[in-house]
Amino acid sequence: MSLSTILFTLLASVVGFSAIAVVLTQNIVRACVWLLFTLGGLAGLYFLLGAEFVGATQLLIYVGGTMVLVVFGIMLTGSEAFGGLRVKPWERQLTIFVGAVLLVTLVNLLATSFGESAGRGPTRPPEALPTVSHLGTSLLGVREASPDTPNRTRLAYLLPFEIVSVHLLVVLIGAAYLARAKRRVTDTPTLSLTDQSPPRNLP
Amino acid sequence: MSQEPGLMPYLILGAMLFVCGLACLLTKRNAVGVLMGVELILNAANLNFLAFARYDARFALEGQIFALFVIVLAAAEAAIALAIFLNFYNNHTTIDVDSADDLKG
Repeated sequence: MSLSTILFTLLASVVGFSAIAVVLTQNIVRACVWLLFTLGGLAGLYFLLGAEFVGATQLLIYVGGTMVLVVFGIMLTGSEAFGGLRVKPWERQLTIFVGAVLLVTLVNLLATSFGESAGRGPTRPPEALPTVSHLGTSLLGVREASPDTPNRTRLAYLLPFEIVSVHLLVVLIGAAYLARAKRRVTDTPTLSLTDQSPPRNLP
Repeated sequence: MSQEPGLMPYLILGAMLFVCGLACLLTKRNAVGVLMGVELILNAANLNFLAFARYDARFALEGQIFALFVIVLAAAEAAIALAIFLNFYNNHTTIDVDSADDLKG
C-alpha cells in the first residue's frame, strides 16, 4: 500500500463523511462547518491529483472566501433559520430513495463506461503535468504544441478568460446593487425637518 | 512509479458527492442550505475534471483550466445568491424557500 493510496483513503473518507454530515445535520451553522471540512479535504485531493494551483485556488477562494460569505449570509438572515426549518418526513424518505437510486445508477454507469481503465494508473508521470506557467500562458492565449495533441489550434483560453473577468465585474456591481442598504420609504423628509430637537443647553 | 489509486475511486467519490449535494438541495428548507448543496455539486464536477486531467493525457491542461473556471463562477454565483437571499429576507422576514411562492398561479 503506497503513500498516495493511504492519503487518498484518508482524504476521501474525510470528504465523504463530512458531505453526508452536511446533508444530515439540521443546524445550518453545523452544516456550514461540515462543508468547510469537505472543501478542505477536496483541496487535499486536488493536491494529490497533481493540480497544485487548483488546490491552492480552492483553499483561497472556496475555504477562505465563499465560506465566509455563507457564514455572513447565515448571520444576516436571522436566527430562526439555525434549526427551525425542517422538511416533512415523507420528503426526507423520498430524497433518500431518489439519492440511493441515483447513486446506484451512477456507479453502474461509471463501472460500465470506465471499468476497463479502472486498474490503470496515471498515463503520464507527475513531472509531465502542466505547471502553473502552462496554465497562465494558456489563459493568455498561448498554447504549446504537445506530443499528445499535435493538430490543435494554437489559440487557447483567452476569450473565456476575458468573458469571466467581465462576468466577475458584472457580479460585483450586481451584488453590491442587490445587497445595498435601502432607505425606508416611510421616512418622509418633512418629519426629519420638523423633528429636529432644539439644541440642548450644555451646562 | 509507486502504485496510485486508479481513476475509479475518484469517480465514485465524485458521484457520492453529487448525490449528497442533490439530497442537500432537496431536503434543506433554508435557502443557504440549498446554496450549500449547489456548492457540493459543483465540487463533485470539479473532482471529476481533475481526475480526468490526471488520468487522461488528452485533458491534462483542459481539466485544470475548466476546474479553475468552475471555481471562479461558483464564487460569483455564491455572491449573487447571498445578495438575493438578503433581499428576500428583507422583504419576507424569513429565509424559508417554501415561502417564496409569490409567483404561484
